[in-house]
Amino acid sequence: MTDDTSLSRRELLTGAAGAIGGALIARVPALDAQGAPKPAAAPGAAPAVPPVVPPAVLPVVPVDPTKVPGLPTSAQGARSPFVTLARTPTGDITGTSYSPLQDLTGTITPSDLHFERHHAGIPLIDPARHTLLIHGLVERPSAFTLDDLKRFPFVTRTHVVECAGNGRAVFRDPKGEKVTPQRAAGMSSNSEWTGVPLRLLFDEVGATPEAAWFLAEGGDASVLTRSVPMSKAFDDALVVYAQNGEPLRPAQGYPIRLLLPGWEGNTSVKWLRRLELGTKPWMTRWETSKYTDPLASGMARQFSFEVDARSIITSPAHPGTVDKGWRNISGLAWSGRGKIRRVEVSTNGGKSWIDALLHPPVLSKAYTRFSIPFAWDGTPALLLSRATDETGYVQPTRERIITVRGAGTDYHLNHIVGWRVAADGRVFFHGDT
Amino acid sequence: MQQTTRRIRGVVAGVVACGAVAAVALIAACGGGRDAEMGAPPPSGRYDIGRAATAAEIAVMDIDVGPDGVELPAGQGTVSQGAKLFGAQCASCHGVQGEGMPPAYPKLVGREPREGFPFGRDPKLEKTIGNYWPYATTLFDYVRRAMPLFTPGSLSDDEVYALTAYLLAQNEVIKADATLDAESLKAVRMPARDRFVPDDRKGGAAVR
Repeated sequence: MTDDTSLSRRELLTGAAGAIGGALIARVPALDAQGAPKPAAAPGAAPAVPPVVPPAVLPVVPVDPTKVPGLPTSAQGARSPFVTLARTPTGDITGTSYSPLQDLTGTITPSDLHFERHHAGIPLIDPARHTLLIHGLVERPSAFTLDDLKRFPFVTRTHVVECAGNGRAVFRDPKGEKVTPQRAAGMSSNSEWTGVPLRLLFDEVGATPEAAWFLAEGGDASVLTRSVPMSKAFDDALVVYAQNGEPLRPAQGYPIRLLLPGWEGNTSVKWLRRLELGTKPWMTRWETSKYTDPLASGMARQFSFEVDARSIITSPAHPGTVDKGWRNISGLAWSGRGKIRRVEVSTNGGKSWIDALLHPPVLSKAYTRFSIPFAWDGTPALLLSRATDETGYVQPTRERIITVRGAGTDYHLNHIVGWRVAADGRVFFHGDT
Repeated sequence: MQQTTRRIRGVVAGVVACGAVAAVALIAACGGGRDAEMGAPPPSGRYDIGRAATAAEIAVMDIDVGPDGVELPAGQGTVSQGAKLFGAQCASCHGVQGEGMPPAYPKLVGREPREGFPFGRDPKLEKTIGNYWPYATTLFDYVRRAMPLFTPGSLSDDEVYALTAYLLAQNEVIKADATLDAESLKAVRMPARDRFVPDDRKGGAAVR
């Protein structure tokens, strides 16, 4: 190949070839904080979010992509530079990061966007040096490597994982308006998990009839422990090693985690290293001082495992805007007790409700996507969603939770929330239900 | 090798048996979707995967201490020893008086409110060891496994007893001149011991 027969690849990619490059190349649009192109500001609108400065490696974008060859194949894919998806890291080892619910469609959370809650950081574990020890009230105390676990029959299940603290911030402060779906309910994520049913492992080691609880322990620096009733092991508990088709990400428990479908996320112990079978709970820090739910009666609910039904509209939502005309109202619903049976949407603050479409498949203890067409006429609207699960449980208002549990209650705060659409099309969080 | 062959044969036989009755009643015969998905178990009920765990390796990992305290190790520590340790190892995050730096570093010390356990009514109340934790064994277990945050597992059992003693004394649960060991820690009764009830949510129409 000679230099004078064609544009070099470098010229095409960089746009450095003077006249030709000038005709072909345009800059990427300004991106807002959520990664979407910024809409033109409406008259009277609040100052726009400052644009995110594109990273230095951002390629120059051809005006007509059909007139220049694209990039070659690569070892690992990357998102489009026009797409910015991000969690909300707190930057410390005991903190959180939330999933960007407003930027996701369908029901699967990309693995790198699964919410995080760690208690002493994310350990780096060599699977060759990691075993799962099972002992206590068993006939054959045993150790299993990752390879051992993969030899057992496996199942693949799609399940939501939700932190018991999801929704706490907007329960405590229902008046805040500049709240995104990510902030309101992003301590939940939904994945396809693959692993071994825990009951196979307990059969393998010969769990004795006296065993009523087991202790699950993580191999992180907090050596986190939770007590779990044996009945969950013989129901649907899994020891999983894969998420969305690949090995678990380190932040989700690599090489193995416990997965207790429908139960508060803290019980799905990550970096699982030990299971001890016993007759009663161990009363660990994470089931006494934390993850207990104070009640107005002067007591606190303990071992409150299941997450009750919740829904949230993820579009439209703050900080987005609504234009006049037809669009979708779309969101997510789930229940830790089974399938979602129904999601109702109101556009008038709960005066009337309409059944939304539940997009199949509607799976047990998993995200269900719902949507409903909506024609906005330019008048202020208050959009709410309300989930009902297959047990007949109906997602309550914030006021209802306070009435039955008390204003100081904590965890499992699954109240109805929504979005106020202002006359100028801007959308604000509404949590005071 | 012989054993492996037998196991494979067993699985194949199980699948065939399941398939043979499929036309009649697949779901019932195969125990529902899950068993059908996984194939029939081997005739022995076991897969012979994994290895026996030794008593020694279990002993190294089995560090949990339950509410009866039967697993508590030998050793002891005094409140005054714990005070020195707390200043050196804990105060930088939890404060000199155990006042904490919420939300990352919880408040540890404080008995108020002393009456009524009104946490469900007032969201502003801060939970501490003295006003909320139901078991003293939990404190020993947690400090030993997870603290200090940046050097976890570095404390000796004597030091964990001492820190537990100091924190219980600061919370007015034990006396300021106390020494804790396995027996005395087992005997500690926490102020919030009887404030916890099982979950009564069951799904269905009732919101609880």
